Amino acid sequence: MKTSDAVLIAESLKGRFAEGTYSRRARAVLEHRRIAFKQGHWIVVLSGFVEPILYLFSFGYGVGKLVGRIQVTPGHWVSYAQFIAPALLATSAMNGAIYDSTWNVFFRLKYDGTYKAMLATSLGPLDVALGEIGWALFRGLIYATGFTAIVMPLGIIKGWYGLLAIPAAVIIAFGFASIGMLYTTYAKSFAQMDWVNIVMLPLFLFSGSLYPLSIYPEWLRYVIEALPLYHGIQIVRCLSLGIIQWSLLVHVAYFVVMIGIGVTFTTRRMRALFMR
Amino acid sequence: MSTTDFSRKGSLQIINVEKILRMGSFYVAQARIRNIWQWKWSVLGEAVANPMFYLLSIGIGIGKIVNSHQSVGVDGVKYLTFLAPALLAATCIQGAVGEATHPVLEGFKWAKGFFAMNATPITGEQIANGVLLGAMARVTFGCVIYYTALYSFGAVHGLHTLWLIPMTLFAANSFAVLMMGICAAIKNDDLFLNMVQRFLIMPLFLFSGTFYSLSSMPKFLQIIGWASPLWHATEVGRWISYGHHISHGALLFHFSYMTIMTIVGFKVSHHFFVKRLAK
Amino acid sequence: MSTIDPATGGKEPLIIARGLRKEYGDFTAVDGIDFQVNRGDSFGFLGPNGAGKSTTMRIIAATLTRSGGDISILGKDPEVRGPEIRAHLGVVPQQDNLDNSLTVEDNLYVYGRYFGLSRTFIRNKIEELLAFAQLEEKRGVKVEALSGGMKRRLTIARALVSEPEILMLDEPTTGLDPQARHILWDRLFRLKEQGVTLLITTHYMDEAEQLCDRLMVMDKGRIMAEDSPANLIKTYSTKEVLEVRFGSDRNAQFADQLRSMSDRIEVLPDRVLMYSDDCESLLHEIVSKGMQPTTSLVRRSSLEDVFLRLTGRSLVE
Repeated sequence: MKTSDAVLIAESLKGRFAEGTYSRRARAVLEHRRIAFKQGHWIVVLSGFVEPILYLFSFGYGVGKLVGRIQVTPGHWVSYAQFIAPALLATSAMNGAIYDSTWNVFFRLKYDGTYKAMLATSLGPLDVALGEIGWALFRGLIYATGFTAIVMPLGIIKGWYGLLAIPAAVIIAFGFASIGMLYTTYAKSFAQMDWVNIVMLPLFLFSGSLYPLSIYPEWLRYVIEALPLYHGIQIVRCLSLGIIQWSLLVHVAYFVVMIGIGVTFTTRRMRALFMR
Repeated sequence: MSTTDFSRKGSLQIINVEKILRMGSFYVAQARIRNIWQWKWSVLGEAVANPMFYLLSIGIGIGKIVNSHQSVGVDGVKYLTFLAPALLAATCIQGAVGEATHPVLEGFKWAKGFFAMNATPITGEQIANGVLLGAMARVTFGCVIYYTALYSFGAVHGLHTLWLIPMTLFAANSFAVLMMGICAAIKNDDLFLNMVQRFLIMPLFLFSGTFYSLSSMPKFLQIIGWASPLWHATEVGRWISYGHHISHGALLFHFSYMTIMTIVGFKVSHHFFVKRLAK
Repeated sequence: MSTIDPATGGKEPLIIARGLRKEYGDFTAVDGIDFQVNRGDSFGFLGPNGAGKSTTMRIIAATLTRSGGDISILGKDPEVRGPEIRAHLGVVPQQDNLDNSLTVEDNLYVYGRYFGLSRTFIRNKIEELLAFAQLEEKRGVKVEALSGGMKRRLTIARALVSEPEILMLDEPTTGLDPQARHILWDRLFRLKEQGVTLLITTHYMDEAEQLCDRLMVMDKGRIMAEDSPANLIKTYSTKEVLEVRFGSDRNAQFADQLRSMSDRIEVLPDRVLMYSDDCESLLHEIVSKGMQPTTSLVRRSSLEDVFLRLTGRSLVE
């Protein structure tokens, strides 16, 4: 499987503090991708899970000292590291899936004709859509496994329920990848693709990743609860903290709907684009 | 059909070489700014949105929990006040590094624009200076907007905090010029930049005492901070902003560190720009 | 040592090279060459890829340091006074290095600024150059949307923004389709008529014949010959060439017989070239001896034949 270096560029900018929206220049990215193809920067892809770990250590330790323990359900207090670790895992699943299904797909769609060639064979649009999304899931799985393997021995994620965080991350990746790909099939320009990055930073910062939503005014809470990353974080957080409750099903249902919509419409859209 | 005859005086008449030797860096900077200008809405959007996101989410969001938990605040002030100079420095440093290194890849490797520039009287040194100037122009713009946001959020008080702007730009410049030089020196620079992002910029951002005071970290992690330009800028920034205590000696050390980094950065940049153009 | 060509003698010399060398480690790219280019010359370096043409060009362009020998451009040493020399050169590199993200017009403008030219001067100049390059309608278009031929013309226009004393073109038409080449040749010919000194490298003989008054034939870093295209052909080839084909197996088989009939023949894998001033009678003779070629062609000698004679190899391999 090939991973485009566009992803790497995008990724290197992910979470970058001054996230540059403009530096991903069309031409440059294209050429970068071509060069990177030859050089095979898989090592960069693998190193992608370093970022959530660094966040965890920095915030969990340092900020944790400042904020003390956090109350997740009435009477259930956890350390700050335990609170943010699931959110970081969910976010990295989202990030990986989004970059794979947007920038990566965008190039194949618009520039190198990969899909045209694929769809000229016996492959159908659903194959292509699932193939791309499958790769995103695979990456999500690797990241989640790596993250859990490092975090579990530290006692930040506990118990057998904690291991369920890995399939949870895959579901999250699935949801974002299918919607990301759907968006990409509609995108016409690089500027439109840039919007993906512009949206992702606040999604991470505001979805209850770094503090409980309870500090928000009520109206804002409703806004956040409508957004997908919030539900993703909730799934992983509940599982890793051993909070098994009915609301989990709501969060999972959110993703099931998201996946259903994403896959269905991406397939239609691919058919419309290539099989006229 | 065009049968244009040239109004031709010839370069010997129309070109003033001394002027180019003097002004070349600015010509390159102008070209860079023209390039950046094409993305003016993205640049503006980012300059405005970035401080909003971070100030609201971390400054105010986390700040709310921190302030309720720490009766005396952090470093004696409210969390947002504590955080502000560090966020400003982090944004400007990263912005400057990105804007100073990305064109290096493009200029040497992808579009080869530096070779086009070097076919004119422009020298390698001037290209390096110009790229840096262009980057700093953009960062200055972002820095002023960020400062304005900090001010309106009440994260900085008083006119003396305006000194944050030049100090932060100086710090950003010192790291950007060094990274630019290293980027020019390295052949596989796209991989390099990726690695820099993952294993240098991100850790520096997270472990330079940005979100909490460095002294609360274990000793061995504090070393990262000492080497980090972000930490030096943050320390001085906090001193400017709310009178965070640092000794004269420490102040001298912070500025010397940044100054030396600037000088070394220019030397390295000039050397490798010239060398790579002559390959 | 080459002496001043009588045809151009008395004109002002712009470039003088003596024993010019360039080595990359063990590899010698330019092996001690001498040449001189005078004002108003249209001077070509002809040779296959790897002959050392581009290296020589980059040394002249003051962007590559030499390993040995002497060279002066406009009376200056490029290693000491690079910027001053480059101020008077217009360089068209082998690969277009335009700024793809800028428009046609902005590319010209930005480049003009590198020469320290004033805004008004460049603005006026851009009108001339767009007309010259037939790109008026594309002025506001980003470069990445241009065709290969248009990009090439823009690169040439860009090199002219500073009214250079010497215009240097490295493989100006490589990779272009025939129509685009002809447009480009026409543009270059206009420049030549206006007295712009041209320095061209090419591995196309037709291009060399079209554009150059004087040619330096290069191979493996050395100069094989130097003269006008017509004189080179006169000196190193016959008036006409007969190309005969007997089919790939039989070409070599007949070679001995054919060799006795002409002063010089070249046996190529797909055909045999025979050099003579009267090829029609030669062909009759071949047929009368019972050798029936599958195809035959009589043509004028070209620089390709000169190159084959000098090096034993084809120009385009």
